[in-house]
Amino acid sequence: MKHPQRYGKVYFFGTCLIDALFPQAGLAAIRLLRRHGLRVVFPPGQSCCGQPAYNSGFFDEARAVALRQVRCFPEDYPVIVPSGSCAGMMKYHYPELFAGHPELETVRRFSARVFEFSRFLADLPGLRLEDRGAPLKATWHSSCHALREMKVIGHAKSLVRRLANVELVELQRESECCGFGGTFAVKQPQISAAMVTDKVDDILDTGAAVVLGIDCGCLMNIAGAMEKRRLPVSCMHLAQFIWERTHETN
Amino acid sequence: MSDTARSNIFARLTRACADFPEVARPRPAAPDPAPDVDLIDLFQERMEAVRTEVHRVPRNDWTAALARIVEEKQIQSLLYGPGTRLAAELESAWPESGPPAPRLRAYDAAVECFKKELFEIDAGITTTRGAIADTGALILWPTEQEPRLISLVPPVHIAVLDAENIYPSFAGAMAQQQWSRGMPTNALLVSGPSKTADIEFTLVFGVHGPEELVVIVRES
Amino acid sequence: MRPTDSFDFAGNVSRALADRQLRRNLRAAMDTLIEKRNSVFPDPQETEALRERGAAIKRRALSRLPALLAQLEEKLTANGIQVHWAETTDAANQAVLDIMRAHGATRLVKGKSMVSEEMHLNPFLQRHGIESMETDLGEFIIQLDNEPPSHIIVPAIHKNRDQVARTFHEKIPDAPYTEDVEELTAIARRTLRRKFFEAQVGLSGVNFAVAETGTLCLVENEGNGRMCTTVPPVHIAVMGLEKVIEKLEDIPPLLRLLTGSATGQLVTTYFNMISGPRKPGEKDGPREVHLIILDNGRTRILADPVMRETLLCVRCGTCLNHCPVYTRLGGHAYGFVYPGPIGEILTPQMEGLARAGVLATASSLCNACEEVCPVKIPIPRLLRRLRRDMAAAADTADPLERLAWKGWALMNRVPLVHALALKAGALLGDRLPAVGPLKAWTGVRTPPRPAARSLHELVRREQGVQNE
Repeated sequence: MKHPQRYGKVYFFGTCLIDALFPQAGLAAIRLLRRHGLRVVFPPGQSCCGQPAYNSGFFDEARAVALRQVRCFPEDYPVIVPSGSCAGMMKYHYPELFAGHPELETVRRFSARVFEFSRFLADLPGLRLEDRGAPLKATWHSSCHALREMKVIGHAKSLVRRLANVELVELQRESECCGFGGTFAVKQPQISAAMVTDKVDDILDTGAAVVLGIDCGCLMNIAGAMEKRRLPVSCMHLAQFIWERTHETN
Repeated sequence: MSDTARSNIFARLTRACADFPEVARPRPAAPDPAPDVDLIDLFQERMEAVRTEVHRVPRNDWTAALARIVEEKQIQSLLYGPGTRLAAELESAWPESGPPAPRLRAYDAAVECFKKELFEIDAGITTTRGAIADTGALILWPTEQEPRLISLVPPVHIAVLDAENIYPSFAGAMAQQQWSRGMPTNALLVSGPSKTADIEFTLVFGVHGPEELVVIVRES
Repeated sequence: MRPTDSFDFAGNVSRALADRQLRRNLRAAMDTLIEKRNSVFPDPQETEALRERGAAIKRRALSRLPALLAQLEEKLTANGIQVHWAETTDAANQAVLDIMRAHGATRLVKGKSMVSEEMHLNPFLQRHGIESMETDLGEFIIQLDNEPPSHIIVPAIHKNRDQVARTFHEKIPDAPYTEDVEELTAIARRTLRRKFFEAQVGLSGVNFAVAETGTLCLVENEGNGRMCTTVPPVHIAVMGLEKVIEKLEDIPPLLRLLTGSATGQLVTTYFNMISGPRKPGEKDGPREVHLIILDNGRTRILADPVMRETLLCVRCGTCLNHCPVYTRLGGHAYGFVYPGPIGEILTPQMEGLARAGVLATASSLCNACEEVCPVKIPIPRLLRRLRRDMAAAADTADPLERLAWKGWALMNRVPLVHALALKAGALLGDRLPAVGPLKAWTGVRTPPRPAARSLHELVRREQGVQNE
């Protein structure tokens, strides 16, 4: 990877969940990149990485959507993705999905340029995060693909620790799946419900005011369960959390 | 019937492997490095961690240690394999078996002849072919003279180990003793008294194998 | 809870999730097993190197399976062990029965063996008037209660000591009621010692079969395996054909991986390596040793270049221990012999997608299993493949789902449709009808609320972002 400062431009892939449900998180990520001096390109033809169909066994449909994304990001810029699972899909599963297909080489070149957002940010030299927010206790949910495929959890948590007024407390079962799993939550709703219930209980035990993460699927899952039980803990994408606490309001 | 099954299975296997290129053998593991810990200490530590009783004694006086063990555990009958060097040392240490010495019982006939007695004997004593330090385990190769059940049926198993036969690892022991040249009817690793945690994960010693394992390490 | 013949997974799931004792027991047990495994694999780099080695040994063995099985048979036969081949579990059961009958035997003692569960051996032998006694303590307990195992390594993990106390008191003659675990174990020891003494035939599984020397290897802690394979005059070993490995020197790394992953031990109490029956001059050991090699669909699995990795499994159970789904359901809910992640890839292949394919959906693809598998089976990849197969097969495909994904693909490939869909979502807000997936979702969660303006729209309005 080139020295990040030497990238003139970076692409931003928003992910479908951020696009439709948590656009502020996407905007925050873009603003953080721009604040650091990077020029962000957002191809409007982008939509979804294709993972939901892929995980459900609909490989042809996933491939068609994946190819559309690949073609939206043709230049040799890094592709920044604010999601561990979408980044993992694009980086590791796209080459599998296109094995034996004529587009494989093009896809491979694309996959080599994919970076998960929080790792990319953490690696930026000279990154300064001045915490202007009120003191706060936060906890962290390690989304599965960010942890096991992209292996970026350490980087992401290091960003939280750089916020001076945030006390990071850890879950008892930080790396246990929250039960989202994309279509798993609707195909096996009972099991998924049991998993998210346990995750919420674990969060409550920490006394944290906010749950942070880098996958909006998980955050949507946990937030929905919190809200149903009328619990006051909020769920936020790390990018949005950092932006809100560090940008100057004037 | 088994023959038809065999040819059907092999036919399917061969077809299945037609598009399965042979995978290379992994690089041979590095031989054991020169140990930076005392092997006997490590062996003892590992064995004691699983409730094996370890006695380190001088080579020329080991039967005295055995006598103490026998008395302390009130072992009245001791099964052993006749015709081994161990057997000769036992027999000369207790030339007339009877109280206060243990009654030495030679395993000198097929098990069918004395099965009932075997299941009632207090303890069995065996040689060992060596031991493994890193995991803590004895190596036993039962023989015609020293049958398999000595180390299994009696509730106490006493194993006699010569300290110079302790290897750093299982792989090392296998290689140095050249096991691939030929395996005995039964080869065993024994690393403690029998145990289970099948009920509520509560550890209990003494299930179907011996309840106690005693190792006499003879150091020269 | 017994698995049912008509497989009602949803029903099993409901019952399991509602069983508070089961969930408590499982959670505590899995936590313990995870911690134990971590304590014997403390160094990530060394562990990874060991897993690589284990994976390579097993992959090579699979790639040479015909030659290795032929060599194994040759060596075993030369050693005096009789080899039988069984294409189906019926044939394997019949082979056991034939051996019993040849010796006029009606009493069998057996050690724990997943293949024997696959065969449903005990009920088969019972139907033919043969007592087949489980001797592993966990299996002994559940046999008394007529239940199948709920975990590969700790079969009675779902039971508390008071349940065991009641079972022993009610079903073992003269057994007092006691909840003391040592006393319960002593009762089992006494009862089974008599059985070992009287047994006419002993049966065991096989952890590894070494082709180089014709050696059958068994791990255990209790001593019942050695009892079953040494005391009775006849020993029958049953084994899946994928268990053969090439050389003796492959054993130490595989053994370390197996015991470390299964029970968090550096080595089990006993590691038993059997290369033949009693030789002339030897005074104990079985006079006859038989090995029954079972196919039961394994050759079919081997033929599939992706799914063949299922056969790398060494049956350590660690995927179960790390699985958030297994931890909440326990083994019985999975309905067939093998539970947990390995069960989710193996059972649909053995029983067919129509009957058991639902198991492949019971995973969030969290990858916890793949991360710890000692032989690096890519379980999530195999699950996706099964899901694809189900979507493609007429008798398991859901036409509505296919339609939904086609619609999804259209929406995500055509910018106009995409923009319209986002707008529609924003306008409907939380008035989306709670049917189908949304109904399932809102059982324990509030519905997701589409934002008024999508990221696409926000970016268009954002100064300084190149929107192209």
